[in-house]
Amino acid sequence: MSHYVQPQHEHDPDPLEGRTALVQGGLSFHEITEKVARVIEHPHRNWWLAFVPSVALLGVFVISIAWLFWEGVGIWGHNNPVMWAWPIITFVFWVGIGHAGTLISAILFLFRQKWRTSINRGAEAMTIFAVICALMFPTIHVGRVWALYWALPIPNQMQMWPNFRSPLLWDVFAVSTYFTVSLLFWYVGLIPDLATMRDRAKTRIRQVAYGIFALGWRGSHRHWVNYESAYLLLAAMATPLVLSVHSIVSFDFAVSQLPGWHTTIFPPYFVAGAIFSGFGMVLTLMIPLRKWFGLEQIITIKHLENMAKIILLTGSMVGYAYGLEFFIAWYSGNPLETFAFFNRAFGDYSWAYWIMMSCNVITPQLIWFKGVRRSPTALFVLSIFVNIGMWFERFVIVVTSLHHDFLPSSWDYFSPTAWDWATLVGSFGLFFTLFLLFLRYLPLIAITEVKAVTLRANPHYVDPGDGDDDGHGHSHDRVAAPTSAKLSGPIERAGVVDSVHDDDDDPGPGGDSRGGAKVVVKAPPKADSPANGDDDDGPTKVDRSPISSEALLVASEAAAAARKAADNRLDAAKKPADDGDAAAKADANEAVPEAGKGGEDSKQFKFSPPKLSDQDAGEGGTDKE
Amino acid sequence: MAKRTKTYGLLAEYETPAALYRACEKVRDAGYAAWDAHTPFPVHGLERAMGLRPSIVPYIVAVMGFTGAGLGFLLQYWSSTEAYALIISAKPYNSYPAFVPVTFELGILLGSFGAVFGMFGINRLPQLYHSLFNSKRFYRFSDDRFFISIEARDAKYDPERTRKLLEATGAASVEEVED
Repeated sequence: MSHYVQPQHEHDPDPLEGRTALVQGGLSFHEITEKVARVIEHPHRNWWLAFVPSVALLGVFVISIAWLFWEGVGIWGHNNPVMWAWPIITFVFWVGIGHAGTLISAILFLFRQKWRTSINRGAEAMTIFAVICALMFPTIHVGRVWALYWALPIPNQMQMWPNFRSPLLWDVFAVSTYFTVSLLFWYVGLIPDLATMRDRAKTRIRQVAYGIFALGWRGSHRHWVNYESAYLLLAAMATPLVLSVHSIVSFDFAVSQLPGWHTTIFPPYFVAGAIFSGFGMVLTLMIPLRKWFGLEQIITIKHLENMAKIILLTGSMVGYAYGLEFFIAWYSGNPLETFAFFNRAFGDYSWAYWIMMSCNVITPQLIWFKGVRRSPTALFVLSIFVNIGMWFERFVIVVTSLHHDFLPSSWDYFSPTAWDWATLVGSFGLFFTLFLLFLRYLPLIAITEVKAVTLRANPHYVDPGDGDDDGHGHSHDRVAAPTSAKLSGPIERAGVVDSVHDDDDDPGPGGDSRGGAKVVVKAPPKADSPANGDDDDGPTKVDRSPISSEALLVASEAAAAARKAADNRLDAAKKPADDGDAAAKADANEAVPEAGKGGEDSKQFKFSPPKLSDQDAGEGGTDKE
Repeated sequence: MAKRTKTYGLLAEYETPAALYRACEKVRDAGYAAWDAHTPFPVHGLERAMGLRPSIVPYIVAVMGFTGAGLGFLLQYWSSTEAYALIISAKPYNSYPAFVPVTFELGILLGSFGAVFGMFGINRLPQLYHSLFNSKRFYRFSDDRFFISIEARDAKYDPERTRKLLEATGAASVEEVED
C-alpha cells in the first residue's frame, strides 16, 4: 500500500487532488439508492404537468410531418436562394445539444473528473434524445422520405452507390455512428442501475422489465473488470467521435464555397458552440429536476458552478470565433467575404445576429460573478438564453450566407411559415416527451457511479466505527465509554453513535436509513484481548475467545431481533427503529461479537482493517494503564 | 445446516468495501479458483485482491476497430473505383482524403460493438437466471452490501472448512445457496 492517506470526511480535502467530497451530506450507499430510486417509484406530480404539454407538442410535430409528407417541402418557407433553412438549422441545433452529454460522459471520464457522475446519466439521455430529434430533420428534409435509403451503401437494383466524397454523406455516417455509440455507452452505464431497480422492484412487471434489460447483472467483480475496461474504451472512442461529429457537421458548410461558410475555423468553432449549447440544455434540464426531485445533495451547487464555467469558457471561444471571422473577412481582402460579414451584422438579418451576440457572448460573461454562477435561478435564466442564442447562431450562419448569393437578382428574404414553426416547436415536444419518459422509468442519476465516488467506497476508507457512517470520527476524538462489557474480539472501540458527531453533515431528519443506529452502544477496547494481536487475522480469532453458553443464547436472540429489525427497515427505510431493537442490539454488542454480525444492519459493529484496530487496541491499552 | 442434494456454494456478506477487500485477499490466498465478489459498484483495486488477470476487452476492441476502419475504406474504395466509378468535382476515383471521415466513423462503430458485445460475451451476459438469486440476502448486492461467493464445484471447496474461512474473514453472514 502507498502512503496515500484517504480522507475520512467529506470536508477534508483529498491530499492528492486538494478537493473535498462530491456527494454531500454523508449519504450512505443505501441512501443514494433511495434518493435516486424514489424519483421513479414515487413520481413527482410536476411530472404530469410537464408530460401533458410535451405530448401535445409531440402531436404538433406529428401533424406537421404528416402534412409535409402529404404536401411536400413546399409548405416550408424555403425560396430560391435559401434552399435549406429551417431543417438544417434545427438539425445542427439538436446535434450540438447532444454534444454536452458525450463531453460529460466520455471526455470528463477520461480526465477523471469525478463530478461528472452526478449528471452524466441525464446528460447522456439528453444526447440520445437530442440526436433523435436531429435525425428527424434531414430525414424529413429530403422530401421523398421513402428514398432515404439511397444515402446508405446498400446494394440495389439501380447499381448505384453513394458519393463518398460528399460531406452530407459523411454526416450520415457520423451522426448515425454517434447515435449508436451514445446509445451503447448509455446502456452499458445503465446495466448495474437497472439491476438495482430490478432488485428493488415491488411489482412483477417492473421486475421482469428491468430484469430483462439488466441482463441478469449480479455485480460480479469478474464482470466488473471487463465492464470497466469496456466502459473506458467506449469513452476513449466516444471522445474523438464527438469531436469528429460536429467537425463533419461543420464540413457541410465549410467545404462549400459560399462566403461566410468557407472558413477553416468552422470545425473547432462548431465543436465549441456545440458544447456551449449542450451545457446550456443540461442546465435547463437539471436545475428544475434537482429541485423537484430533492437531488440537491447529489447534483450540488458545485456541479452547477462547474457547468457554468464550461459555458463561460466555450461561450468565450464562440465569441472569439465570431470576432475572428470578421477579422479574416477584412484581412483577406476578399470583397465577397467582407460583404457577407457586413451583411450579417448590419443587413436584413441584423436582428438575428444581435440576438445571437447578446445571448452567446454578452450574457454568459455574467458567469464571471460568483454570485451568478452559484445561483440556480440565475443559471437557469442564462441557460435559456444560451439555447436561444445557439439556435440563432445556426440561423445566422445558414440564412445570411444564402439569402444574398452570388447573383444579386436572385437575392431574397427568407421568412419561416407556420409549418416551419410547428416543426421546430414540435421537435421540442419529441425531445421532452422522450426525456420525461426516461425520468419516469430509468434512474436519472448513475447510482453505481455516485456510490463509487463517495469516500466510503474506497477500500482503504476506514470507517471510524461510530456507526453514523459520516466518516467524521477520528480515533482521538472518539469518546471512550467504559462499561462493564467483558467481551473482547472484533469490537475494537467504543461505538458512541451519532451524538458525538451530530454536526452539519448528518443526513437530515429521516435521512439515516438505519434509523435504529442512533443509540449509544458501549464496548470499550480491550488491550489484553487475545484477538487484537498483531497477526493479520484480526477479527478472525474471535471464534476462540471464551464465551459462555448463556451469553451465546442471549446473543443469538438479540441477533435475531436485530436481523428482523434490519429487514423491517429494508421495507420502511425511513422508519426509525424502536427502542426494543436498539436495546436488543446493545445487548448483542455486549454479549458476543457474532451477534453483532447477525444483526446485519446494526452499524455499531465495525470490522476495521487491522492497521487501525491494532493502533486502537494499543491506545486503549495505554489509556488503561 | 440441513442436508441438500445440490448446493451452488457459500455466500458471505460484508458491510464495507474495506471488509470485502481484506476478505478477498484471504480467499485468494486460500487458493480458491471458482469464486467471485459481488459489489454494488466496482471496488477500486479489488481485482488485485482477487488475483484477477486484466481484461481482454481491449484486444477485441483493437481487432474490431481496425477491421471496421479497413472494411470502411475498402467499401469506399471499391464503390468509387469499381462498382460505381464516376468523376465527381474533377476528383480522382480513389480520392482517399475524402474517405477519411467514413473510415474513421466505421472504425469507431465496430470498435464500440467490440467493446460492448465483447464484454457481454466474456461475461456471458445476458444470463437471466443465476443460482445466487436464490439467496434473499444477495439482492442487496445492488444496493449497499458486498458479497463473496465460493462455488461448490471448486476443488478446495468443503462445506465446513470453506464456511470457517469465510466466517473468519469477518463476514456479517455466511449462508449456503442452492443451485
